[in-house]
Amino acid sequence: MTHREGRALRLIVLFTVLAGFVLPIVAGLWETARAAFGILPAIGAGEWSLAPWRQLFGLPGFGTSVALTLWVGFGSTIISLLLASGLCALIHGRKWARARAGRVLAPFLAAPHAALAIGLAFLLSPSGWIARLLSPWATGWNLPPDIATVNDPMGFSLIIGLLIKEVPFLFLMMMTALTQIPAENHLRAGRALGYARGLVWIKIILPQIYPLIRLPVFVVLSFALSVVDMAIILGPSNPPTLAVAMTRWFYSADIGLLLPASAAALLQSVIVLLAIGVWLLAEGIATRIGRLWVRRGGRGMVSGPFLAVAGAVTGALMLAGALALASLLVWSFAWRWSFPGFLPESWSMQAWLRPGAGWGAAFAESFGIGLCATLISILIAIAWLEGEDRAGMRRVGWAEGLIYLPLLVPQVAFLYGLSVAMLGVGLGNGRATVIWGHVLFVFPYVMVALSDPWRALDRRMVGQAATLGAGPWRRLWAVKLPILLAPILVAAAIGFAVSVAQYLPTLFLGAGRIATLTTEAVTLSSGSDRRVVGVYAVLQAALPFASYLAAWWVPRMIYRDRAGLNGGRG
Amino acid sequence: MSLELEGVVIRAARSDRPLFAPLTLTVAPGEVATVMGPSGIGKSTLVDFIGGHLSAGFAPQGRVRLDGREVTGLPAEARRIGILFQDALLFPHLSVGDNLAFGLARRIRQAGPRRMAVEAALAEAGLEGFGDRDPATLSGGQLGRVALMRTLLAEPRALLLDEPFSKLDPDRRRQMRDFVFDHVRGRNIPVLMVSHDAEDAAAAGGQILRLSELAN
Repeated sequence: MTHREGRALRLIVLFTVLAGFVLPIVAGLWETARAAFGILPAIGAGEWSLAPWRQLFGLPGFGTSVALTLWVGFGSTIISLLLASGLCALIHGRKWARARAGRVLAPFLAAPHAALAIGLAFLLSPSGWIARLLSPWATGWNLPPDIATVNDPMGFSLIIGLLIKEVPFLFLMMMTALTQIPAENHLRAGRALGYARGLVWIKIILPQIYPLIRLPVFVVLSFALSVVDMAIILGPSNPPTLAVAMTRWFYSADIGLLLPASAAALLQSVIVLLAIGVWLLAEGIATRIGRLWVRRGGRGMVSGPFLAVAGAVTGALMLAGALALASLLVWSFAWRWSFPGFLPESWSMQAWLRPGAGWGAAFAESFGIGLCATLISILIAIAWLEGEDRAGMRRVGWAEGLIYLPLLVPQVAFLYGLSVAMLGVGLGNGRATVIWGHVLFVFPYVMVALSDPWRALDRRMVGQAATLGAGPWRRLWAVKLPILLAPILVAAAIGFAVSVAQYLPTLFLGAGRIATLTTEAVTLSSGSDRRVVGVYAVLQAALPFASYLAAWWVPRMIYRDRAGLNGGRG
Repeated sequence: MSLELEGVVIRAARSDRPLFAPLTLTVAPGEVATVMGPSGIGKSTLVDFIGGHLSAGFAPQGRVRLDGREVTGLPAEARRIGILFQDALLFPHLSVGDNLAFGLARRIRQAGPRRMAVEAALAEAGLEGFGDRDPATLSGGQLGRVALMRTLLAEPRALLLDEPFSKLDPDRRRQMRDFVFDHVRGRNIPVLMVSHDAEDAAAAGGQILRLSELAN
């Protein structure tokens, strides 16, 4: 067989992943840690000391920032896990509901965090759509009231924003996990033993799929604890969450803040690590309690109301998300729109007609970077999967962990250190660096999306090609890739969406000089013209949607006469 | 040309116990030999081993020789051993004709003769004019005939049949069996069939070997 060639391919991929992904993350963490303890030659700091930490603890609002971070991180993760489980239990086994839920939730997976957040801010703010809908007849407001519904000090609007993104993500992960266990049979067996559908789901099925979605849950937890773009737009502003606070310090005019900011970045990693530890501990306790509960054999608990609440809350969240995205579009075409009118009094194409004002260049930048990052990621993913095939090996646990690594380590914790390390070895911070920074986060999603369809390909089909004399490369080009075209394009669309949504890698690795739709939208979101912000956010949301549409349409066009590939296995 | 198996023993990589007793067998050119055995004994694994498709999870011993030349270490694509399964396994992204062209040996170079070879194979399968069809629109019997033609166009030096007829109903089964055996006998190559069906084995007309579990 082709074990030797397989080994060479695998070594190349492993080297690429280690040198391109793991090493930079480690180097970034290392530089951050050095700066956290006083060593940052770029600003002439060269002595080990604890001063950055003392300075950090003394910064105004530090304690509140940490508390907010924990509250938002744990709160949003727990709620989204509950909602996603409830929704799964509610619709599991009902085929039409399942297909419909997937269709309704998928767009929110595609929508970039920043665009969604900007839309939500339009929706929830005191002068937003909800307030306009209720004014003045119900509220008596003729002017926007002076209350903080967005950027509220408790972070509720930030939690809502995170939920709209995370519930669909966890839901789809659970749906994928469900295909790996004989869920239908267990459901039937459980109901035959006298348990209601929802109860079987909670007692029998959830414990089986939870281990399969544990890594995605940790990704959600890590993300919620360290999110920056959404937190800038929706989160508390004074003091903000720790991740936002440290981003401000990193970009403050006062370079003396770089050291405490690095300390905060290190602290951010520790927080995520501890949070995962605490989560694991809680998992253990929940498992024990769950076992006792299952042993009691109770069938009487009514799970219906809980599931109904989960369904209703999720529905409300998705409605808010849809309105948020719609409000972006309306604002981008609005001209005069005074409170409390529900729609603008006059419309205009003004904001759209002037790409030279900035959005044209930002659009090109987002598109180009996304395209490059996606192509590179797809290439590495295919090389990785093909290497596994040729070696005839299943993926080992540490390799799976390697793929998830960039998603588990908080971005804020290593990106600044990474830009320092890059400058240290003479690599400037420019477009190429930004593209590579995006690949770091695009690749894991592409890999996760492509692995299952790749493995589901009938091995005997590939074996047939071999018996007909086709060598490994011809099997790849002429058989595997064409058959897997649809899932490859879907993985690419997901990767492109991830790239378009990236905020921090663009900011830190581009040294503030690379302006994408995302960085511009976040910058403009604080207090500038809503019409202009609307244009940026609409474009930012449109790019991923267009890529999903293309991923859906292209294989259907190419294979319109191939029933075996059309829909069925796609 | 003959296909020889010598002392073939296959065990799962993590197990000490071979799947079946050591197998030695010579199939003459033009003969259709049958290896029989209960399901689960490893008939398909044997086919994978001979064809060069065994996954890393198995540890094989023994030799496979084709016409006196050992092929045991060669990759599947270099062995030129065709395999037919009960599923036709036509490539879903290619038309019926392109599936055949994929199989057609590279010996024929020019486009014209290649197209003619494909047309001739279609005619032989009773499928004139089916070249542009989507494989998904063919019936089970038609798919089976195309799969056989695709395999034969690659000019294999031996052919393996892995339960090739087990999905068909009795009538179709007989037709398909006759079609396959007629065509392979004409090529004068050794054919090895694995099956659990005595009627298939009798129709094949060659030697019949029973795989047995290893006595403790």
